[in-house]
Amino acid sequence: MKIIGYIIQKEFKQIFRNKVMLPLIFIMPLIQLIILSNAATFEVKNIKFSYIDQDKTSFSRALIDKFEASTYFNVITDFSSSKIANSAMLKGEVDVILEIPQYFERDLLKDKKTDLSVIINAIDGAAAGVENVYIIQIVQSFNKNAQTNLMQPSDLKNMPKSILSIPSFWYNKTLNYKTFMVPGILVLLVTMITLFLSGMNIVREKEIGTLEQMNVTPIKKHQFIIGKLFPFWVLGMLLLTVGLIIARVLFNVPMVGSPVLMYVYTSIYILVILGMGLFISNFTDTQQQAMFIAWFFVVIFILMSGLFTPIESMPQWAQHLTVFNPIKFYVEVMRMVMLKGSSFTDILPQFGKTFLYAIVMNGLAVWSYKKTS
Amino acid sequence: MKQTNVIKVENLTKMFGDFTAVNAVSFEVKKGEIFGFLGANGAGKTTAMKMLIGISTPTSGDAQVAGFDVYKNPDDIKKNIGYMSQKFALYDDLTVKENITFFGGIYGLSRHQIKEKRCQLVEELGLQEVVNELVSSLPLGWKQKLAFSVALLHDPKIIFLDEPTGGVDPITRRQFWEMIYKTAHNGTTVFVTTHYMDEAEYCDRVSIMVDGKIEALDSPKKLKEHFNVASMNDVFLKLARG
Repeated sequence: MKIIGYIIQKEFKQIFRNKVMLPLIFIMPLIQLIILSNAATFEVKNIKFSYIDQDKTSFSRALIDKFEASTYFNVITDFSSSKIANSAMLKGEVDVILEIPQYFERDLLKDKKTDLSVIINAIDGAAAGVENVYIIQIVQSFNKNAQTNLMQPSDLKNMPKSILSIPSFWYNKTLNYKTFMVPGILVLLVTMITLFLSGMNIVREKEIGTLEQMNVTPIKKHQFIIGKLFPFWVLGMLLLTVGLIIARVLFNVPMVGSPVLMYVYTSIYILVILGMGLFISNFTDTQQQAMFIAWFFVVIFILMSGLFTPIESMPQWAQHLTVFNPIKFYVEVMRMVMLKGSSFTDILPQFGKTFLYAIVMNGLAVWSYKKTS
Repeated sequence: MKQTNVIKVENLTKMFGDFTAVNAVSFEVKKGEIFGFLGANGAGKTTAMKMLIGISTPTSGDAQVAGFDVYKNPDDIKKNIGYMSQKFALYDDLTVKENITFFGGIYGLSRHQIKEKRCQLVEELGLQEVVNELVSSLPLGWKQKLAFSVALLHDPKIIFLDEPTGGVDPITRRQFWEMIYKTAHNGTTVFVTTHYMDEAEYCDRVSIMVDGKIEALDSPKKLKEHFNVASMNDVFLKLARG
């Protein structure tokens, strides 16, 4: 126990003495949290909208006004022909081209129907889909107004009663994107910092030759590993604390559930990551190698965690793979506890899997750490 | 008085795949002896030493160090030996004082013992001025002397030195060997590898390794007589050229 104390003391001294690393450990993730949470949004806004109005009547003008009134569209251009409009689309100057045909107003008044042509840049398919929905909504609302205006009193009886669904958004009433992203990005930062630091740390001692010196001492394996990893466990918890405070103060993300539960879960989660870091460092000889391997896992884990893309939409085989992704569990737990106020029993499945993961990972790490070659 | 053997090695062998780094070496080292372990680069000195200090498992053969078997009780060996590697192995980003505290601590010395040892060590090496400086700021010669003293903190029965004087100036080398003499005089066995042949002359006995085998083992005086040459340098050249 005393020996572990000496190792911990030494590690902390080294961490706090490193004038470059210390700011990196705390300031870098916080800047990331602030920037990413504000920037990483899937909301489709500021759509570059253009139109070709070949009708030039009060009806076509009213339709364009509706687009102009929408907060999602920036009406930027009025093109005279579809040829010019198409070349603007090619250059990326516009996202959407709405073409209002000649006799738009006349047809609508006379035949009660007419067509509109809409061209959407669909390189980003998801965004194009969303844009399409916005356009349909605007056109429908225009339709309704037009119908009411054109309707004869006698038609009123025959008018179908429209069905209206009123959604109520649970757990994130205002559909604030940041409320969804901040907990996820916090997970990412806690994971990356603890994984990189623990992975690099032991390899670094290999590189400078002090690890050999350690191996010649009677230190037991478990003393060395606990002494080495404990400081990074503390750093991870500290990072979580600072992150939660920022989430609260800067982003107004609620903490509906129990912070204690959050900490208990995180304390076990960090063990998984530290075990992984140690495991990586056991199989690498240089910090460069360790860094590459850590990156390999982090990128896969992040992209398959449900942080940016829902796991439910992944192909079946990919969904099976996410069972081995600790970040996935943490993202789920973080969102459940912070936003839904889930209790221990609610997160029990994730808790159990993370606990098991921690045992397996650290078992592997201890097994693969060899004092003798 | 019959001297006891603190290191007993019999047919010790280490193979890396098909390559035999250490080929069935046998020797004994007596208590309080300065035992020189000589050989060209790549002759297998460091590999042999690593087996003795318990960080490399032998492929075959037997070895006992400080009365413990290298296969069965490597951790007991580690409690009883000190080791100083070719690479400087103190922590550069800790101060002199912190390094001493750390290494004393992990060898299980009490706070009181650590403090006592530290004061003694700092005074002997004349490090009073720099005790709170980072080790990285010290000149190499000082670092080596400090590393040697730190390796002796826990009063080991044997100290293993792997090319301890590589890259240091002649004056510091001279001082370093004075420290080695003093240590041996106090009853600690010194096992030292080197390829400076003048240093070999300071040893009580030397073994010369060529291609994984021990080709000669005796006192420098007897070796010179046997090969009929004037210096250890010539002994070495004769053996190494085969």
